[in-house]
Amino acid sequence: MDAALRDPPSLDAVRAAIAHLSDPEIPVVSLAELGILREVRRGGDGVAEVVITPTYSGCPAMGQIEDDIRAALRDSGIAARVVTQLSPAWTTDWMAPAAREKLRAYGIAPPNGRAAQAGAQVVGFARRAAGQPVPCPRCGSTHTTQTSPFGSTACKALYRCLDCLEPFDLFKPY
Amino acid sequence: MGAGDSAPVDYLLHLADNALVLGQRNAEWCGHGPILEEDLALANHALDHLGQARLLYQHAARCINAEPAQAQRFAHLQGARADGALTEDSLAYFRATHEFRNFTLLELPHHGPLAGPARADRDFATTTVRNVLYAALMNLWWERLQASADPQLAAIAAKSLKEVRYHLSHAGDWLVRLGDGTDESRARAQAALDHLMPHTQEFWTGDEAESAAVANGTGVALAELKPAWDALLDEVLAEATLRRPADGGYVTQGKRGLHSEHMGFLLAEMQSLAREHPQAVW
Repeated sequence: MDAALRDPPSLDAVRAAIAHLSDPEIPVVSLAELGILREVRRGGDGVAEVVITPTYSGCPAMGQIEDDIRAALRDSGIAARVVTQLSPAWTTDWMAPAAREKLRAYGIAPPNGRAAQAGAQVVGFARRAAGQPVPCPRCGSTHTTQTSPFGSTACKALYRCLDCLEPFDLFKPY
Repeated sequence: MGAGDSAPVDYLLHLADNALVLGQRNAEWCGHGPILEEDLALANHALDHLGQARLLYQHAARCINAEPAQAQRFAHLQGARADGALTEDSLAYFRATHEFRNFTLLELPHHGPLAGPARADRDFATTTVRNVLYAALMNLWWERLQASADPQLAAIAAKSLKEVRYHLSHAGDWLVRLGDGTDESRARAQAALDHLMPHTQEFWTGDEAESAAVANGTGVALAELKPAWDALLDEVLAEATLRRPADGGYVTQGKRGLHSEHMGFLLAEMQSLAREHPQAVW
Protein backbone atom coordinates (compact mmCIF):
# COMPACT_ATOMS: atom_id res chain seq x y z
CA MET A 1 0.00 0.00 0.00
CA ASP A 2 1.43 3.37 -0.90
CA ALA A 3 1.78 6.22 1.54
CA ALA A 4 -1.17 8.17 0.26
CA LEU A 5 -3.57 5.37 1.15
CA ARG A 6 -2.12 4.87 4.66
CA ASP A 7 -2.21 8.52 5.71
CA PRO A 8 -5.30 10.65 5.35
CA PRO A 9 -4.74 12.78 2.24
CA SER A 10 -4.46 16.51 2.67
CA LEU A 11 -7.43 18.42 1.32
CA ASP A 12 -5.06 20.22 -1.05
CA ALA A 13 -4.00 16.86 -2.47
CA VAL A 14 -7.66 15.97 -3.06
CA ARG A 15 -8.26 19.32 -4.76
CA ALA A 16 -5.17 18.87 -6.94
CA ALA A 17 -6.20 15.36 -7.98
CA ILE A 18 -9.54 16.55 -9.39
CA ALA A 19 -8.59 20.06 -10.52
CA HIS A 20 -8.30 19.03 -14.19
CA LEU A 21 -11.82 17.54 -14.39
CA SER A 22 -14.60 19.20 -16.38
CA ASP A 23 -18.18 18.60 -17.46
CA PRO A 24 -17.98 16.14 -20.38
CA GLU A 25 -20.23 18.44 -22.46
CA ILE A 26 -18.30 21.62 -21.62
CA PRO A 27 -14.62 20.68 -21.56
CA VAL A 28 -13.31 24.26 -21.32
CA VAL A 29 -14.26 25.07 -17.72
CA SER A 30 -13.36 23.06 -14.63
CA LEU A 31 -15.93 21.60 -12.25
CA ALA A 32 -15.04 24.27 -9.71
CA GLU A 33 -15.44 27.09 -12.26
CA LEU A 34 -18.83 25.71 -13.29
CA GLY A 35 -19.92 25.60 -9.66
CA ILE A 36 -20.56 21.83 -9.62
CA LEU A 37 -17.67 21.23 -7.21
CA ARG A 38 -18.89 22.94 -4.06
CA GLU A 39 -16.34 22.01 -1.47
CA VAL A 40 -13.55 19.66 -0.43
CA ARG A 41 -13.79 18.98 3.29
CA ARG A 42 -13.04 16.49 6.04
CA GLY A 43 -16.03 14.33 7.07
CA GLY A 44 -16.89 13.56 10.70
CA ASP A 45 -14.93 10.28 10.48
CA GLY A 46 -11.81 12.02 9.12
CA VAL A 47 -12.32 10.83 5.54
CA ALA A 48 -11.97 13.51 2.88
CA GLU A 49 -15.20 14.43 1.12
CA VAL A 50 -15.69 15.93 -2.33
CA VAL A 51 -19.02 17.78 -2.30
CA ILE A 52 -20.75 18.23 -5.66
CA THR A 53 -24.12 19.68 -6.59
CA PRO A 54 -26.20 18.76 -9.65
CA THR A 55 -26.93 21.39 -12.29
CA TYR A 56 -30.34 20.41 -13.69
CA SER A 57 -32.15 17.59 -11.81
CA GLY A 58 -32.00 15.26 -14.78
CA CYS A 59 -28.62 16.21 -16.22
CA PRO A 60 -27.18 12.92 -17.51
CA ALA A 61 -23.62 14.27 -17.17
CA MET A 62 -23.82 14.15 -13.36
CA GLY A 63 -23.30 10.37 -13.28
CA GLN A 64 -20.30 10.70 -15.57
CA ILE A 65 -18.87 13.54 -13.47
CA GLU A 66 -19.16 11.47 -10.29
CA ASP A 67 -17.44 8.52 -11.99
CA ASP A 68 -14.69 10.83 -13.28
CA ILE A 69 -14.04 12.17 -9.77
CA ARG A 70 -13.86 8.66 -8.29
CA ALA A 71 -11.50 7.52 -11.05
CA ALA A 72 -9.22 10.56 -10.63
CA LEU A 73 -9.01 10.02 -6.87
CA ARG A 74 -8.29 6.32 -7.37
CA ASP A 75 -5.57 7.07 -9.92
CA SER A 76 -3.92 9.40 -7.41
CA GLY A 77 -4.17 6.79 -4.65
CA ILE A 78 -6.44 9.03 -2.60
CA ALA A 79 -9.24 7.68 -0.43
CA ALA A 80 -12.15 10.13 -0.43
CA ARG A 81 -15.93 10.09 -0.67
CA VAL A 82 -18.13 11.89 -3.19
CA VAL A 83 -21.12 13.59 -1.53
CA THR A 84 -24.02 15.06 -3.52
CA GLN A 85 -25.66 18.08 -1.94
CA LEU A 86 -28.75 19.81 -3.37
CA SER A 87 -28.94 22.94 -1.26
CA PRO A 88 -28.24 25.71 -2.04
CA ALA A 89 -29.51 24.97 -5.54
CA TRP A 90 -26.90 25.35 -8.27
CA THR A 91 -27.11 28.60 -10.19
CA THR A 92 -25.30 30.06 -13.17
CA ASP A 93 -24.65 33.11 -10.96
CA TRP A 94 -21.73 31.18 -9.43
CA MET A 95 -19.79 31.30 -12.69
CA ALA A 96 -16.89 33.73 -12.39
CA PRO A 97 -16.10 36.22 -15.19
CA ALA A 98 -13.08 34.16 -16.25
CA ALA A 99 -15.24 31.06 -16.69
CA ARG A 100 -17.79 33.06 -18.68
CA GLU A 101 -15.04 34.28 -20.98
CA LYS A 102 -13.82 30.70 -21.52
CA LEU A 103 -17.34 29.65 -22.50
CA ARG A 104 -17.60 32.52 -24.95
CA ALA A 105 -14.25 31.70 -26.52
CA TYR A 106 -15.45 28.10 -26.89
CA GLY A 107 -18.56 29.27 -28.80
CA ILE A 108 -21.14 29.10 -26.01
CA ALA A 109 -22.73 32.44 -25.09
CA PRO A 110 -22.46 32.81 -21.28
CA PRO A 111 -25.64 33.31 -19.21
CA ASN A 112 -27.33 36.62 -20.07
CA GLY A 113 -28.22 38.06 -16.70
CA ARG A 114 -28.75 36.88 -13.14
CA ALA A 115 -30.83 33.80 -12.39
CA ALA A 116 -33.36 35.63 -10.19
CA GLN A 117 -34.17 38.10 -12.95
CA ALA A 118 -34.32 35.26 -15.45
CA GLY A 119 -37.08 33.63 -13.39
CA ALA A 120 -39.18 36.77 -13.61
CA GLN A 121 -38.52 37.02 -17.34
CA VAL A 122 -39.43 33.40 -17.94
CA VAL A 123 -42.85 33.44 -16.27
CA GLY A 124 -45.45 35.96 -17.38
CA PHE A 125 -46.87 36.02 -20.86
CA ALA A 126 -48.31 39.22 -22.28
CA ARG A 127 -46.18 41.26 -19.91
CA ARG A 128 -42.97 39.27 -20.21
CA ALA A 129 -40.00 41.53 -19.79
CA ALA A 130 -37.51 41.66 -22.62
CA GLY A 131 -34.47 39.55 -21.77
CA GLN A 132 -30.98 40.93 -21.79
CA PRO A 133 -29.38 40.80 -25.24
CA VAL A 134 -27.39 37.70 -26.12
CA PRO A 135 -24.22 38.66 -27.98
CA CYS A 136 -23.02 36.19 -30.59
CA PRO A 137 -19.94 34.43 -29.17
CA ARG A 138 -18.24 34.61 -32.57
CA CYS A 139 -18.81 38.12 -33.95
CA GLY A 140 -20.15 39.90 -30.87
CA SER A 141 -23.30 41.17 -32.58
CA THR A 142 -26.39 41.44 -30.40
CA HIS A 143 -28.53 41.04 -33.49
CA THR A 144 -29.38 37.45 -32.51
CA THR A 145 -32.54 35.39 -32.22
CA GLN A 146 -33.64 32.37 -30.21
CA THR A 147 -34.28 29.25 -32.26
CA SER A 148 -35.44 27.19 -29.28
CA PRO A 149 -35.24 27.62 -25.50
CA PHE A 150 -34.14 23.97 -25.18
CA GLY A 151 -30.90 22.98 -26.84
CA SER A 152 -28.39 20.17 -27.08
CA THR A 153 -28.16 19.82 -23.28
CA ALA A 154 -30.52 20.73 -20.44
CA CYS A 155 -28.52 23.85 -19.58
CA LYS A 156 -28.45 25.43 -23.04
CA ALA A 157 -30.77 27.18 -25.50
CA LEU A 158 -30.33 27.35 -29.29
CA TYR A 159 -29.61 30.75 -30.83
CA ARG A 160 -28.64 32.08 -34.22
CA CYS A 161 -26.72 35.21 -35.15
CA LEU A 162 -28.49 37.34 -37.75
CA ASP A 163 -25.27 39.09 -38.77
CA CYS A 164 -22.66 36.34 -39.14
CA LEU A 165 -25.49 33.77 -39.57
CA GLU A 166 -23.82 31.20 -37.29
CA PRO A 167 -25.96 29.10 -34.96
CA PHE A 168 -24.72 28.95 -31.35
CA ASP A 169 -25.64 27.78 -27.84
CA LEU A 170 -26.58 30.03 -24.93
CA PHE A 171 -25.87 28.82 -21.40
CA LYS A 172 -29.29 29.70 -19.91
CA PRO A 173 -29.44 31.79 -16.72
CA TYR A 174 -30.67 29.29 -14.12
CA MET B 1 -33.00 13.53 9.91
CA GLY B 2 -35.70 12.55 12.36
CA ALA B 3 -38.93 11.02 11.06
CA GLY B 4 -40.87 14.13 12.11
CA ASP B 5 -38.81 16.24 9.71
CA SER B 6 -39.70 14.41 6.53
CA ALA B 7 -42.79 14.70 4.41
CA PRO B 8 -45.24 11.76 4.50
CA VAL B 9 -44.12 8.96 2.17
CA ASP B 10 -47.38 9.11 0.19
CA TYR B 11 -46.91 12.84 -0.36
CA LEU B 12 -43.40 12.30 -1.73
CA LEU B 13 -44.67 9.48 -3.94
CA HIS B 14 -47.48 11.69 -5.26
CA LEU B 15 -44.95 14.34 -6.30
CA ALA B 16 -42.54 11.75 -7.70
CA ASP B 17 -45.23 9.85 -9.64
CA ASN B 18 -46.52 13.09 -11.16
CA ALA B 19 -43.04 13.86 -12.44
CA LEU B 20 -42.28 10.34 -13.66
CA VAL B 21 -45.57 9.77 -15.46
CA LEU B 22 -45.60 13.13 -17.25
CA GLY B 23 -41.91 12.64 -18.06
CA GLN B 24 -42.74 9.26 -19.61
CA ARG B 25 -45.60 10.76 -21.63
CA ASN B 26 -43.59 13.70 -22.93
CA ALA B 27 -40.69 11.39 -23.80
CA GLU B 28 -43.07 9.65 -26.23
CA TRP B 29 -42.45 12.60 -28.55
CA CYS B 30 -38.75 11.78 -28.73
CA GLY B 31 -38.10 11.07 -32.40
CA HIS B 32 -41.64 12.19 -33.32
CA GLY B 33 -41.61 15.93 -32.59
CA PRO B 34 -43.34 18.20 -35.09
CA ILE B 35 -39.98 19.89 -35.68
CA LEU B 36 -36.49 18.99 -34.53
CA GLU B 37 -36.30 21.83 -32.00
CA GLU B 38 -39.56 20.75 -30.39
CA ASP B 39 -38.41 17.16 -30.30
CA LEU B 40 -35.38 18.32 -28.30
CA ALA B 41 -37.48 20.59 -26.10
CA LEU B 42 -39.92 17.84 -25.09
CA ALA B 43 -37.04 15.43 -24.46
CA ASN B 44 -35.49 18.13 -22.24
CA HIS B 45 -38.77 18.52 -20.34
CA ALA B 46 -38.95 14.77 -19.88
CA LEU B 47 -35.38 14.69 -18.61
CA ASP B 48 -36.10 17.41 -16.04
CA HIS B 49 -39.13 15.47 -14.83
CA LEU B 50 -37.17 12.24 -14.68
CA GLY B 51 -34.49 13.98 -12.63
CA GLN B 52 -37.05 15.42 -10.23
CA ALA B 53 -38.70 12.01 -9.91
CA ARG B 54 -35.36 10.37 -9.10
CA LEU B 55 -34.56 12.87 -6.34
CA LEU B 56 -38.03 12.37 -4.84
CA TYR B 57 -37.93 8.56 -5.09
CA GLN B 58 -34.47 8.48 -3.50
CA HIS B 59 -35.79 10.59 -0.64
CA ALA B 60 -38.94 8.46 -0.30
CA ALA B 61 -36.86 5.26 -0.33
CA ARG B 62 -34.67 6.61 2.50
CA CYS B 63 -37.78 7.47 4.54
CA ILE B 64 -39.31 4.05 3.90
CA ASN B 65 -36.12 2.16 4.77
CA ALA B 66 -35.73 4.16 7.99
CA GLU B 67 -39.17 3.28 9.33
CA PRO B 68 -40.11 -0.38 9.99
CA ALA B 69 -43.87 0.19 9.52
CA GLN B 70 -43.27 1.75 6.11
CA ALA B 71 -40.68 -0.86 5.15
CA GLN B 72 -43.31 -3.52 5.91
CA ARG B 73 -45.84 -1.71 3.72
CA PHE B 74 -43.51 -1.84 0.73
CA ALA B 75 -41.92 -5.22 1.48
CA HIS B 76 -43.80 -6.87 -1.41
CA LEU B 77 -41.94 -4.84 -4.05
CA GLN B 78 -39.63 -7.11 -5.98
CA GLY B 79 -36.28 -6.45 -7.59
CA ALA B 80 -33.83 -3.57 -7.69
CA ARG B 81 -32.88 -3.67 -4.02
CA ALA B 82 -29.50 -2.75 -2.59
CA ASP B 83 -28.56 -4.86 0.47
CA GLY B 84 -32.23 -5.70 0.96
CA ALA B 85 -33.24 -2.04 1.15
CA LEU B 86 -35.71 -0.39 -1.18
CA THR B 87 -34.28 1.85 -3.91
CA GLU B 88 -35.65 4.47 -6.30
CA ASP B 89 -35.92 1.68 -8.87
CA SER B 90 -38.16 -0.47 -6.65
CA LEU B 91 -40.57 2.43 -6.40
CA ALA B 92 -40.54 3.38 -10.08
CA TYR B 93 -40.50 -0.04 -11.68
CA PHE B 94 -42.09 -2.49 -9.27
CA ARG B 95 -45.23 -0.79 -8.04
CA ALA B 96 -48.52 -1.70 -9.74
CA THR B 97 -51.07 0.68 -11.27
CA HIS B 98 -53.14 1.16 -8.10
CA GLU B 99 -50.00 2.01 -6.11
CA PHE B 100 -49.18 5.02 -8.30
CA ARG B 101 -50.33 8.36 -6.87
CA ASN B 102 -50.12 10.69 -9.89
CA PHE B 103 -52.92 12.96 -11.08
CA THR B 104 -55.00 11.22 -13.77
CA LEU B 105 -54.41 14.22 -16.06
CA LEU B 106 -50.76 13.29 -16.46
CA GLU B 107 -51.26 9.71 -17.67
CA LEU B 108 -53.72 10.51 -20.49
CA PRO B 109 -52.48 9.87 -24.04
CA HIS B 110 -51.65 12.76 -26.36
CA HIS B 111 -55.09 12.90 -27.92
CA GLY B 112 -58.76 13.43 -27.14
CA PRO B 113 -61.05 10.97 -25.40
CA LEU B 114 -60.73 7.44 -26.75
CA ALA B 115 -61.51 4.28 -24.83
CA GLY B 116 -59.22 1.34 -24.12
CA PRO B 117 -55.93 0.78 -25.89
CA ALA B 118 -57.06 2.72 -28.98
CA ARG B 119 -54.22 4.79 -30.36
CA ALA B 120 -54.48 7.87 -32.48
CA ASP B 121 -51.86 10.16 -33.92
CA ARG B 122 -50.22 12.24 -31.23
CA ASP B 123 -51.93 15.60 -30.96
CA PHE B 124 -49.41 18.30 -30.11
CA ALA B 125 -52.15 20.63 -28.85
CA THR B 126 -53.14 18.10 -26.17
CA THR B 127 -49.50 17.80 -25.08
CA THR B 128 -49.15 21.59 -24.97
CA VAL B 129 -52.35 22.24 -23.02
CA ARG B 130 -51.47 19.59 -20.44
CA ASN B 131 -47.98 21.03 -20.01
CA VAL B 132 -49.44 24.49 -19.42
CA LEU B 133 -52.00 23.26 -16.86
CA TYR B 134 -49.42 21.24 -14.92
CA ALA B 135 -46.47 23.64 -15.18
CA ALA B 136 -48.66 26.50 -13.91
CA LEU B 137 -49.52 24.39 -10.86
CA MET B 138 -45.93 23.32 -10.25
CA ASN B 139 -44.66 26.91 -10.49
CA LEU B 140 -46.81 27.76 -7.51
CA TRP B 141 -46.42 24.46 -5.68
CA TRP B 142 -42.62 24.22 -5.87
CA GLU B 143 -42.38 27.86 -4.88
CA ARG B 144 -44.27 27.13 -1.67
CA LEU B 145 -42.43 23.86 -1.01
CA GLN B 146 -39.15 25.76 -0.85
CA ALA B 147 -40.30 26.57 2.71
CA SER B 148 -41.19 22.95 3.54
CA ALA B 149 -40.21 21.73 7.01
CA ASP B 150 -38.62 18.76 5.22
CA PRO B 151 -35.19 20.15 4.27
CA GLN B 152 -34.60 17.62 1.50
CA LEU B 153 -38.00 18.35 -0.07
CA ALA B 154 -37.29 22.08 0.22
CA ALA B 155 -33.97 21.57 -1.60
CA ILE B 156 -35.64 19.55 -4.36
CA ALA B 157 -38.31 22.27 -4.68
CA ALA B 158 -35.72 25.03 -5.11
CA LYS B 159 -34.09 23.12 -7.97
CA SER B 160 -37.31 22.04 -9.63
CA LEU B 161 -38.82 25.52 -9.57
CA LYS B 162 -36.07 26.80 -11.87
CA GLU B 163 -36.80 24.01 -14.33
CA VAL B 164 -40.58 24.27 -14.30
CA ARG B 165 -40.41 28.02 -14.99
CA TYR B 166 -38.87 27.21 -18.33
CA HIS B 167 -41.52 24.55 -18.92
CA LEU B 168 -44.37 26.99 -18.30
CA SER B 169 -42.81 29.64 -20.47
CA HIS B 170 -42.26 27.22 -23.34
CA ALA B 171 -45.67 25.53 -23.20
CA GLY B 172 -47.38 28.91 -22.73
CA ASP B 173 -45.64 30.32 -25.81
CA TRP B 174 -46.84 27.36 -27.84
CA LEU B 175 -50.39 27.65 -26.59
CA VAL B 176 -50.47 31.29 -27.64
CA ARG B 177 -49.13 30.31 -31.04
CA LEU B 178 -51.69 27.51 -31.46
CA GLY B 179 -54.69 29.36 -30.03
CA ASP B 180 -54.01 32.58 -31.90
CA GLY B 181 -52.89 30.69 -34.99
CA THR B 182 -54.70 29.01 -37.88
CA ASP B 183 -58.30 27.76 -37.76
CA GLU B 184 -56.98 24.22 -37.45
CA SER B 185 -54.49 24.92 -34.64
CA ARG B 186 -57.06 27.01 -32.78
CA ALA B 187 -59.75 24.32 -33.04
CA ARG B 188 -57.33 21.68 -31.79
CA ALA B 189 -56.11 23.82 -28.90
CA GLN B 190 -59.68 24.59 -27.80
CA ALA B 191 -60.69 20.91 -28.08
CA ALA B 192 -57.66 19.86 -26.02
CA LEU B 193 -58.49 22.47 -23.38
CA ASP B 194 -62.15 21.37 -23.23
CA HIS B 195 -61.02 17.74 -22.89
CA LEU B 196 -58.34 18.25 -20.23
CA MET B 197 -59.71 21.07 -18.09
CA PRO B 198 -62.15 18.93 -16.04
CA HIS B 199 -59.21 16.76 -14.93
CA THR B 200 -57.65 19.74 -13.14
CA GLN B 201 -60.41 19.54 -10.51
CA GLU B 202 -58.32 16.80 -8.95
CA PHE B 203 -55.64 19.37 -8.09
CA TRP B 204 -57.91 21.14 -5.61
CA THR B 205 -59.47 18.22 -3.75
CA GLY B 206 -57.30 17.36 -0.77
CA ASP B 207 -56.48 13.85 0.31
CA GLU B 208 -55.00 12.08 3.32
CA ALA B 209 -51.39 12.54 2.19
CA GLU B 210 -51.87 16.27 1.66
CA SER B 211 -53.59 16.71 5.04
CA ALA B 212 -50.75 14.86 6.79
CA ALA B 213 -48.14 16.96 4.97
CA VAL B 214 -49.91 20.20 5.85
CA ALA B 215 -50.22 19.07 9.46
CA ASN B 216 -46.47 18.54 9.92
CA GLY B 217 -45.47 21.64 7.98
CA THR B 218 -43.92 19.77 5.06
CA GLY B 219 -46.67 20.29 2.47
CA VAL B 220 -49.15 22.74 1.02
CA ALA B 221 -52.95 22.69 0.74
CA LEU B 222 -53.26 23.04 -3.03
CA ALA B 223 -56.71 24.63 -2.80
CA GLU B 224 -54.92 27.73 -1.46
CA LEU B 225 -53.02 28.00 -4.74
CA LYS B 226 -56.11 27.99 -6.96
CA PRO B 227 -56.61 31.77 -7.25
CA ALA B 228 -52.99 32.25 -8.35
CA TRP B 229 -53.29 29.30 -10.76
CA ASP B 230 -56.50 30.76 -12.21
CA ALA B 231 -54.74 34.07 -12.76
CA LEU B 232 -51.74 32.45 -14.51
CA LEU B 233 -53.99 30.36 -16.72
CA ASP B 234 -56.35 33.22 -17.58
CA GLU B 235 -53.39 35.32 -18.63
CA VAL B 236 -52.17 32.67 -21.09
CA LEU B 237 -55.66 31.90 -22.39
CA ALA B 238 -56.40 35.58 -22.97
CA GLU B 239 -53.28 35.97 -25.06
CA ALA B 240 -54.04 32.70 -26.85
CA THR B 241 -57.61 33.96 -27.51
CA LEU B 242 -58.99 30.68 -26.16
CA ARG B 243 -62.21 30.25 -24.21
CA ARG B 244 -61.84 28.86 -20.70
CA PRO B 245 -64.22 25.92 -20.29
CA ALA B 246 -66.25 25.55 -17.10
CA ASP B 247 -65.09 22.96 -14.58
CA GLY B 248 -67.50 20.25 -13.63
CA GLY B 249 -68.36 16.58 -13.84
CA TYR B 250 -66.48 13.62 -12.47
CA VAL B 251 -63.43 14.42 -10.35
CA THR B 252 -60.62 12.01 -11.17
CA GLN B 253 -58.78 10.31 -8.31
CA GLY B 254 -55.45 9.21 -9.68
CA LYS B 255 -53.70 10.42 -6.55
CA ARG B 256 -55.69 7.83 -4.59
CA GLY B 257 -54.60 5.09 -7.01
CA LEU B 258 -57.81 5.07 -9.09
CA HIS B 259 -56.45 5.50 -12.60
CA SER B 260 -57.78 5.67 -16.14
CA GLU B 261 -57.56 2.71 -18.49
CA HIS B 262 -54.45 4.28 -20.04
CA MET B 263 -52.24 3.94 -16.97
CA GLY B 264 -51.64 0.20 -17.26
CA PHE B 265 -50.39 0.55 -20.83
CA LEU B 266 -48.06 3.37 -19.85
CA LEU B 267 -46.59 1.37 -16.96
CA ALA B 268 -46.29 -1.78 -19.07
CA GLU B 269 -44.11 0.06 -21.54
CA MET B 270 -42.09 1.81 -18.83
CA GLN B 271 -41.62 -1.11 -16.45
CA SER B 272 -41.31 -4.18 -18.68
CA LEU B 273 -37.54 -4.10 -19.06
CA ALA B 274 -36.86 -3.75 -15.33
CA ARG B 275 -39.39 -6.46 -14.50
CA GLU B 276 -37.93 -8.83 -17.10
CA HIS B 277 -34.49 -8.40 -15.51
CA PRO B 278 -35.25 -7.65 -11.84
CA GLN B 279 -31.64 -7.97 -10.71
CA ALA B 280 -30.20 -5.84 -13.49
CA VAL B 281 -27.91 -2.97 -12.62
CA TRP B 282 -27.39 0.02 -14.87
